[in-house]
Amino acid sequence: MVKPAHPLSADIAGLLRVRARWSPLEFVFWIIAFATIFLFPNYYLILAEIVIWALFAISIDLVLGYAGIITLGQAAFFGFGAYAAGLLAKHGLITEPTLALLASGLAAAVLGFFTSFLVLRGSDLTRLMVTLGVSLVLRELANRFPEVTGGADGMQGITINPVLGQFRFDLYGHTAYIYSLIVLFVLFVIARRIVRSPFGLSLVAIKGNPLRSAAVGIAVNWRLVAIYTIAAAYAGVAGALLTQTTAFASLEGFSFERSADGLLVLIIGGTGYLYGGVIGALIFRFGHDYLSSITPQYWQFWIGLFLVLIVLVGRDRIGTWFDPVRTLADRIAAWRSKRRARAIGAASREGGQP
Amino acid sequence: MTPVLETRALEKRFGGIVAANQVSLRLEKGARHALIGPNGAGKTTVINLLTGVLRPSSGEILLDGKDITNVEPHDRVRLGMARTFQINQLFADLTPLETLGLAISERLGTGTHWWRTVGSRAGVVDEIAELLERFRLVDVMQERTAILPYGKQRLLEIALAFACRPHLLLLDEPAAGVPDAERHEILATIATLPADVTVLLIEHDMDIVFSFAGRISVLVNGEMLVEGTVDEVSHDPRVRAVYLGEAFDG
Amino acid sequence: MLTILFDGIAYGMLLFVLACGLAVTLGLMNFVNLAHGSFAMAGGYITLVLVNDMGVPFSLGLVGAFVSAAVLGALLERTLYVHVYNKSPLDQVLFTIGLVFMSVAAVDYVMGSQQQFIQIPSALQGQFEVFGIGMSKYRLLIIAICGVITLALQLALISTRFGSQLRASVDDQRVARGLGINVGVVFAVTFALGSGLAGLGGALGAEILGLDPVFPLKYMIYFLIVVTVGGSSSITAPFFASILLGIGDVAGKYYVPKLGAFVIYTIMIIVLIVRPQGLFAHGRAR
Repeated sequence: MVKPAHPLSADIAGLLRVRARWSPLEFVFWIIAFATIFLFPNYYLILAEIVIWALFAISIDLVLGYAGIITLGQAAFFGFGAYAAGLLAKHGLITEPTLALLASGLAAAVLGFFTSFLVLRGSDLTRLMVTLGVSLVLRELANRFPEVTGGADGMQGITINPVLGQFRFDLYGHTAYIYSLIVLFVLFVIARRIVRSPFGLSLVAIKGNPLRSAAVGIAVNWRLVAIYTIAAAYAGVAGALLTQTTAFASLEGFSFERSADGLLVLIIGGTGYLYGGVIGALIFRFGHDYLSSITPQYWQFWIGLFLVLIVLVGRDRIGTWFDPVRTLADRIAAWRSKRRARAIGAASREGGQP
Repeated sequence: MTPVLETRALEKRFGGIVAANQVSLRLEKGARHALIGPNGAGKTTVINLLTGVLRPSSGEILLDGKDITNVEPHDRVRLGMARTFQINQLFADLTPLETLGLAISERLGTGTHWWRTVGSRAGVVDEIAELLERFRLVDVMQERTAILPYGKQRLLEIALAFACRPHLLLLDEPAAGVPDAERHEILATIATLPADVTVLLIEHDMDIVFSFAGRISVLVNGEMLVEGTVDEVSHDPRVRAVYLGEAFDG
Repeated sequence: MLTILFDGIAYGMLLFVLACGLAVTLGLMNFVNLAHGSFAMAGGYITLVLVNDMGVPFSLGLVGAFVSAAVLGALLERTLYVHVYNKSPLDQVLFTIGLVFMSVAAVDYVMGSQQQFIQIPSALQGQFEVFGIGMSKYRLLIIAICGVITLALQLALISTRFGSQLRASVDDQRVARGLGINVGVVFAVTFALGSGLAGLGGALGAEILGLDPVFPLKYMIYFLIVVTVGGSSSITAPFFASILLGIGDVAGKYYVPKLGAFVIYTIMIIVLIVRPQGLFAHGRAR
């Protein structure tokens, strides 16, 4: 038995499609992003760094911005992916970089899956503790087994084969940047699909009201495990990219500083809309260069000051810096959807409902 | 006939306090059952036990004859039980459209489908439209829930439970906080429930109870005082004593 | 082996003095002060300057550590921390991480990045041989001082009026306010006290834990572990947790050098899995 479609159905379907659709601003963004390949050939190395930070920040956004899990230890997965990629290359296990990248991401995902259960229980403090603890344990493990990881000196002697057998990594970062940017783009598209899906919607619901989420049949814990695992994979890929583009892996990948900086990058750009990671990475990296030229050694002080000020001033007020852009994006989306919504509302009212 | 809902000697203790004491309920299919009692009697505790938010200290809960005492809250929803909350529990940052879409997607099993867009599955959009219209939420469907007026939020709260298409619906004071002028809207929509849906209603407002319920259970201090038809309960001297006779005049 | 027990107890008591301020802050205001280690570091460096550069006697140097860290704590609490109490946990985390970074960089700039050592008076160097147990004099001092402090804290908590106000505020802030307790003052004083103790611990522990600008980062996790395992609703629980962790860490590093450091982490993870509210705490999870 097929029920006839409701008169509003077509319009509601349209509204939902618009919700997921790519805004013109996004197309512009990515066109510019890829254009940088041709526009800034001297900056490839920095740009590759930015891409890696962006991917890392996006991984934090997935758990923090969408699922509401505060993590101080995302570097656990970053470092894990980094060392995995290093080991795969060094011992010739998987020599083609893209396959090694996938494998490293998978390895990080497995780690994420098994540690996810630790963040399900307890308060925010417990989660902080656990995530921080896991990353420090891994760091210590890497430190203790220099025969595997190179210890405090880092993993030396990594040679990365050409991407897809064709594109060699050169000193200027040409291959490195294009490779990283493509990886970022692909993963971004996937992440964007995920957060716009019913699954992504359930995450936002869980973040907002876990009690109600369970009351509409959502298995809260399993969703959190899923997103935590996915985010771990993203962080692992970011770490693997770092290893592949620099032919080096070190304890720094597991460090608290890496986790904290990643968090900062995301906060700068804004949580909950995926682009925050990319924008934050841009500002972070160029800000770093600028401040380093003024006071070469004490970058950490400025980061600290920035964090303190951000919190005191209020993160939501800082978010307003990006308001002009967001308003523009909102206006475009609203122009498409509110017009229709109002039309629907007017039509239904005229149809005789109070 | 297997009752839709049955509890056996349900008990909940918090330290030394007994919030629910040997509570036994039995709801047949299609029942319109009211749970009444003074403030603090433990009515919401009973609902929390039924939905799994609280684990009982002892006793059993059976849904359609199946023991669900140890079933997780979200699994109980999948078995056909849904509830509304006395204080709105909504998703502040989602719109009514997204909220209902979420519940319907979950029910249809697409909740974990990360590759689709919301509402792309056939039938979801129709259901959303139907619920929005039924609950007078069409004109606010794209507004963030947080900024909706209380009456609309309350309607959404109930619509959300309806979206789960339960065959057992637990309503915790659905008209709470709603101004008199809008109460009839809420009640009208509850009245549209299909006859085969079993409803357990917690209410203070006796007018609503009398117009809606077939049977009433009276809970006092966590214990079931009386259970029976509306007539039986309203004439029971013990109930009158509890309520000081005021609410039962006429 | 008993030497290890002895060392472990000393280490544990030191950890306790360092971390108890953090535990109380968390229990009182539900505020995670990741910058707690910075106060310890401050105390350590103040004593360094007093004793090494200015020739102040060691004991006075310790007092100086306590006082200066307490003053610093009181100052920062009134000017900065108060604005952050009502913010989200994420904001609190970001804020305190920011303070840590600032303190680490500032100390690096002023004092240099190498590890430094406070000149311990010769009377405290060396060790006693008691029944074949080698007891380092310095560790004996640590046990003595920390033991006295712990007893004093417990006494103050139980027998003084301030102590009961503190316990009431930890238990239920709103009710405490309703009873007329000035929770803001309670917290300010407690914060200062906790910071002061951290400073004292930093100075006292410089010999064992090392003193360098990255101290707050290195030991952040240790303090957090103490608070996690011990819970935050009393000070006896963190005390026993600290002893447990101290012995575990020292014993682990001695018997299984390769993996010794993991004993602490493993204990933490197990506790978090089994009892998220802390090993010894009864009741509420925070």
